[in-house]
Amino acid sequence: MSEGKIIKVSGPLVVAKGLKGTKIYDMVRVGNTRLFGEVIEIRGNDYSIQVYEETEGIGPGEPVYSTNEPLMVELGPGLIGSIFDGIQRPLDVLRRDLGDFILKGAERPSLDREKKWHFSPDVQINDEVSPGDILGTVKESKLIDHKLMVPEGVKGKVLEISEKDTTIEETIAKIKSDKKVLNINMIQKWSVRQPRKVAKRIPPEAPLVTGQRVIDMFFPVVKGGTACVPGPFGSGKTVVQHQLAKWSDADIIVYIGCGERGNEMADVLLELPELKDPKTGESLMERTVLIANTSNMPVAAREASISTGITIAEYYRDMGYSVAVMADSTSRWAEAMREMSGRLEEMPGEEGFPSYLGSRIASFYERSGNVICLGSDNRKGNLSIIGAVSPPGGDLSEPVTQATLRVVKVFWGLDDKLASQRHFPAIDWMSSYSLYHDVVDEYASTKVNPGWKEIRREAMELLKKESELEELIRFVGIDTLSQNDRLIMEVSKMIREDFLRQNAYDTRDTYTSLRKEYLMLDLIIKFYHKAINALKSNVELNKIMCILSKEDISSAEFIPEDQLFKFQDIERKMIHEIDGITENSLGT
Amino acid sequence: MYKEYLTVKDIIGPLMFVEDVEGITYGELVQVKLNNGDVRYGTVIEVEERLALVQVFEGTRGISPENAKVKFLRKGLEIGVSPDIVGRIFNGSGHLIDGRPNIIPKKRLNIHGHPMNPYARDYPNEFIQTGISAIDGLNPLVRGQKLPIFSGSGLPHSRLAAQIARQSKVLKTGEKFAVVFAAMGITFDEANFFISDFKRTGAIERAVMFINLANDPSIERITVPRMALTVAEYLAYELDMHVLVIMVDMTNYCEALKEISAARKEVPSRRGYPGYLYTDLSTIYERAGRIKGKKGSITQIPILTMPEDDKTHPIPDLTGYITEGQIMLDRGLNGAEIYPPIDVLPSLSRLKDKGIGKDKTRDDHADLLNQLYSAYARGKNAKEISVVIGESALSPVDILFVNFSERFEKEYICQGEYEDRTIEDTLNIGWKLLGIIPRAELKRIRPEYIEKYYRETPI
Repeated sequence: MSEGKIIKVSGPLVVAKGLKGTKIYDMVRVGNTRLFGEVIEIRGNDYSIQVYEETEGIGPGEPVYSTNEPLMVELGPGLIGSIFDGIQRPLDVLRRDLGDFILKGAERPSLDREKKWHFSPDVQINDEVSPGDILGTVKESKLIDHKLMVPEGVKGKVLEISEKDTTIEETIAKIKSDKKVLNINMIQKWSVRQPRKVAKRIPPEAPLVTGQRVIDMFFPVVKGGTACVPGPFGSGKTVVQHQLAKWSDADIIVYIGCGERGNEMADVLLELPELKDPKTGESLMERTVLIANTSNMPVAAREASISTGITIAEYYRDMGYSVAVMADSTSRWAEAMREMSGRLEEMPGEEGFPSYLGSRIASFYERSGNVICLGSDNRKGNLSIIGAVSPPGGDLSEPVTQATLRVVKVFWGLDDKLASQRHFPAIDWMSSYSLYHDVVDEYASTKVNPGWKEIRREAMELLKKESELEELIRFVGIDTLSQNDRLIMEVSKMIREDFLRQNAYDTRDTYTSLRKEYLMLDLIIKFYHKAINALKSNVELNKIMCILSKEDISSAEFIPEDQLFKFQDIERKMIHEIDGITENSLGT
Repeated sequence: MYKEYLTVKDIIGPLMFVEDVEGITYGELVQVKLNNGDVRYGTVIEVEERLALVQVFEGTRGISPENAKVKFLRKGLEIGVSPDIVGRIFNGSGHLIDGRPNIIPKKRLNIHGHPMNPYARDYPNEFIQTGISAIDGLNPLVRGQKLPIFSGSGLPHSRLAAQIARQSKVLKTGEKFAVVFAAMGITFDEANFFISDFKRTGAIERAVMFINLANDPSIERITVPRMALTVAEYLAYELDMHVLVIMVDMTNYCEALKEISAARKEVPSRRGYPGYLYTDLSTIYERAGRIKGKKGSITQIPILTMPEDDKTHPIPDLTGYITEGQIMLDRGLNGAEIYPPIDVLPSLSRLKDKGIGKDKTRDDHADLLNQLYSAYARGKNAKEISVVIGESALSPVDILFVNFSERFEKEYICQGEYEDRTIEDTLNIGWKLLGIIPRAELKRIRPEYIEKYYRETPI
């Protein structure tokens, strides 16, 4: 282990010399307090180090120790339900041992070394195994079976393996690989900058059901896909991210709070254990890993938090799970890169961001995907990424948003105006898009209803028509509109208020299944069709809009998931009522 | 004994390079003595093997390479605290200026503090009654929240802040309460307004004030909020007090930061502000909060004046991304003599949902809030249309909404500077005004609350 000497300190950037043999992106420990740092540039004998902790109090002349390994995460049982900072220090343990504030040089192992897990093997002695094969399982949480995989580079015959209660450091299996006998335990270390390997990438197959109507119906994302949520402050990015973390039907959620508010992380921490997974009824914390590097925590660790989170997510994907990563916010991550780049005196690109911004963002989102995992059972896993973007001043032409839009397939544009009308989720239906409609339509037509694509198309058309008509009304007033156009306005309003708008804080409304989403929208479209016919028979629009079942349609969101038959009742009532007024008007 | 250096080389703006130094650490406190006996302080913002870059707090005016003796003090920037600090007034460099005897510090704390472990945070959920309807009813403040006031030059943000400081209370009694006030680059008149208002109402007894005036060195503005928050943390987490921190004007703080950045020749990001403005602001704002198991709390009300009333300017923009909502003041309302001129549509309190409702304010609060918002938005929208194409184009219902929005501004938002409304009053005014609107239009309120509170009032 080589030892160097600090020659310069400038905020989170430290320059040292004499670290011979240290490679770029190796971790080092800086100064007498042994702060965590990473070598990010080597110029001759000078090593530039980004330090993951506050550098106050260190100065030239102090030592720097090289560790000769890159920034690693520890992977193994105990990740689920944990909360880590950007360099995977366990925040709960730090608080227990060191108090309410994060002190410098604080160090604790990421995973609990004492805890005993019950390991049950899936292979037998003398089986031949190769990387990715599942050696055995540990029940990590009520929802997750943690699969212990053969680490990279290990291939050979199992010499010893048995069922037992064990800590993560004890040997669970002995494998003869390359004429050596290797002791395998339950910890794998992996460099965060290095994507984990897969056998093959395959196209997406199923939607990531989020329970959010505007998303699932109009702008869906798939398992293994990517989406971004840009929006000015106060437009509800974080609420969208939280909703997805709570309700999306992934097996595992990795939530990265990257340079955001401390109180929001406190909210997630307090709320998740209380909430129940709609599928299993278990606490949502049983499937969640949290990374919290809030805005006031050191900026270099914020830069690392995204990589740390995605590596953990890849690890679970490799077990064959469906994993979703929420990164809130990728703009703060980009700003952390900008800050380090500025300190390195690199030539700045647009708005001071480094010129490699685009490629970093692209390679982050490319770590998503639907894959065939390593291992002889050809299991499938997938990793979806949903990134929040915080464009300065809400201006989408800024570099981070633009670089993100070049790679992601779904864009949920949050609109300030909708937010100030308290229309949530404030996803603007006119500007948002999803490139996964084909996959989702195919899935939903077989699994939900063959009419899925058609009602979506029709509803979207109505909304587009509405925005054209609104322009018109602005100039000439509503009186000039025909009865048919007025009906379009009324029905669009129903779509907006009764379908698109969804209250995240109402326990009955916060999650909607695909089937119910279909029924809700279908009801509105059926009402529209029925009303058009009635208008043809010269029924007055006012009369149609006054029917009693319209109230039922607008409160359909509160129909419980186990009483979906009620939609038929409403439909019958609506048809009956409109038929009734049509007959009356024909009669007179 | 500390070594004294006579090796000042370059002086650029608030920065000073000292050569041939040894054993210096980053962030260290520096004392600069001039020939004429003047003593100033600064901090090391970059250090190389034999060169230190020092940022001088009281400014570099009058310093020359010949007349300055520089001492490095082997510690960071600290402030002495003790329970006696409450009721005292400091200047921007941390010296008492109220003419009373010095305090004897119980301990000295580094003003940068440490980042709070997110795991230690307790979620803020205790409603603070400010007595102002536009805040309590629509954008409720909770203990541990940071809720800035976005203002513009010439708007009455100081009066509003003073009113909040005067009237704030939690709907429980018997708790210790303190106000920490940090003034950065405000005029003597403004500062004097706060001091005399605090003195007149007796609030000074429970206040700690840090005053940096417009003609004081701008560089001090970097440390003022940090000193104030260090004191606030001491009061909150060691003396169990509920602390309200008012910081005015954050725009001046950011200007000072920009000045240093320019002097260091850093690559600027938007509009000349440094790329780390967000991170820097967060180290101030994120010091609001509550800690699990501790009694005290820190609630922040930073005030900033938006250049050209533009909320997309980097200062309000980055602030809004960190704080938990914002209270927006509006020039139009101010012109219409509505006090407080709070434009409720772009205003927001992110933490409201857990601070209101049954047992906190009242069961109907959340629904009522949503309904008032949407009715007001609809009324304003209809009014805009009627301006273009005449009132005749509005439907009868829309005319009711226009009527509602006008009365809403006059009766709900508008109130006296010394009028302290209870939350009950505020909610009831809201229901009274909703009476203008037909029942069928109240879609955001659950039927049971409509049954309980709604009374249709013919105009």
